[in-house]
Amino acid sequence: MSRSTRQFEQVAVVGHFAAGGAREGQGPLAAAFDQVWNDDLAGETTWEAAEAKMAVQALEGAAHDGGWPLEAVDVVVGGDLLDQLVSTNFAARQHHQPTLGVFAACASFAEAVGLAGLWCDRGSARVVAGAWSHHLAVERQFRFPVEFGYQRTPTASWTATAAGALALTQGTGRVQLRAFTVGRVVDPGSTDPMDMGTAMAPAAWDSLQRHLAAVHARWDDYDRVFTGDLGVVGSGILCDLANDTAFVRVHDDCGRSLYRPEQDVHNGGSGTGCVAAVVAGHIMPRVEAGEWHRVLVAATGALFSPTSYQQGESIPAVAHVIELEAGRP
Amino acid sequence: MRSGVMQVPQQQDADYLALAARHRPPTPVWQNAVRAFVVGGALCVVGQLVTDFFEAHGQTATRAASPTAVVMVGLGALLTGLGLYDRLVRSGGMGGALPISGFANAMVAPAMEHRREGLVLGVGAKLFTVAGPVLAYGLGSAFLVGVVRLLVGS
Repeated sequence: MSRSTRQFEQVAVVGHFAAGGAREGQGPLAAAFDQVWNDDLAGETTWEAAEAKMAVQALEGAAHDGGWPLEAVDVVVGGDLLDQLVSTNFAARQHHQPTLGVFAACASFAEAVGLAGLWCDRGSARVVAGAWSHHLAVERQFRFPVEFGYQRTPTASWTATAAGALALTQGTGRVQLRAFTVGRVVDPGSTDPMDMGTAMAPAAWDSLQRHLAAVHARWDDYDRVFTGDLGVVGSGILCDLANDTAFVRVHDDCGRSLYRPEQDVHNGGSGTGCVAAVVAGHIMPRVEAGEWHRVLVAATGALFSPTSYQQGESIPAVAHVIELEAGRP
Repeated sequence: MRSGVMQVPQQQDADYLALAARHRPPTPVWQNAVRAFVVGGALCVVGQLVTDFFEAHGQTATRAASPTAVVMVGLGALLTGLGLYDRLVRSGGMGGALPISGFANAMVAPAMEHRREGLVLGVGAKLFTVAGPVLAYGLGSAFLVGVVRLLVGS
């Protein structure tokens, strides 16, 4: 078996929590959120502080759902999109639990959950893993000031205001984390920062194929195969690359699921919190209920910065894959 | 690469980029043009009404231009502060961005945005992040044209 994939026998996902902003709360997954923040500032004075507050809430919520206070958690693994991972680290300043900050852009959530799985696989531990993003905080860092008017292209994604976290521990539960595949950085040469789907689809396909080969499975073995936030454009490209009806039948995309088309989000949702909230709020309850038995999530991240694309660099991307399975009773 | 696994596109893969381009929705050029015409036209009508007002109150057509610009900039700044101007440009595109009220939006938006980082390193340093290129190259080309005019005109 491939040594870039780890399979787990004894890693249970025992808790989950998802939060979203106002726009996400009006989307098709409204019922999936444990909390909707209708106030952009969430009672704080900056969007960055609001994002950290959402992070703490997601971590606490997932831990409580697992039956622990956050103080009883051994390791927190988290990621966000802000420079120097400020919201993850400022959240850690508040909750004070041992923390690993991870960055793989919008693939950070799968990286965090995968690392949590590795941690729990090696011994008894309570780990909470999550990711979060705030539309306005990310927008000002990557693009323009929030009140500056400009026309978004049809391929542009909408960075979600959302947070999601999972609580993991050694043992068996209603949901098991079965495997984790570490992605390779793939760069097809796309240079348009307003078109993440084109940049990320090859990375998603690469990691999904490697995962499938490593665990000796077929697409038919899964109830759903979710990609992170390829959106409408990237999902179309991925299904074209796959050229396999068995894959197309089970494929879905977190970014495409988060909003309605009339919400003016063009390609769909993106941001570290997007896949995190969809997994924690939408996928987890279905696996817990036994509605879906085996689900793959390939979180995709575009690894660029405003500096890198202004210097003419193309946009590399990565996809990390986690596999969830309903626990055997 | 493992055998039997489809080749994954790598750096500067022209075939892949051509495949991806087929999935990209086209920019709605005509729809954008009509909206830009309506929004830009409406702003121009407002500007003309303001000019007419100043002319009716004793200004010549030439002298009415400056106070009109002041009013349109003020209007753009006000609508930015109220959180409305970005919506105007989102639907109207260059029809909203190009008039002088759009320039006000490009100045006021960063000022609002960076207030939280303080008056010096926030507002002061970041005020021109959007409008800076327009100012730099606008002033630069005005200077060049001025020099040419001086040489040719004399």
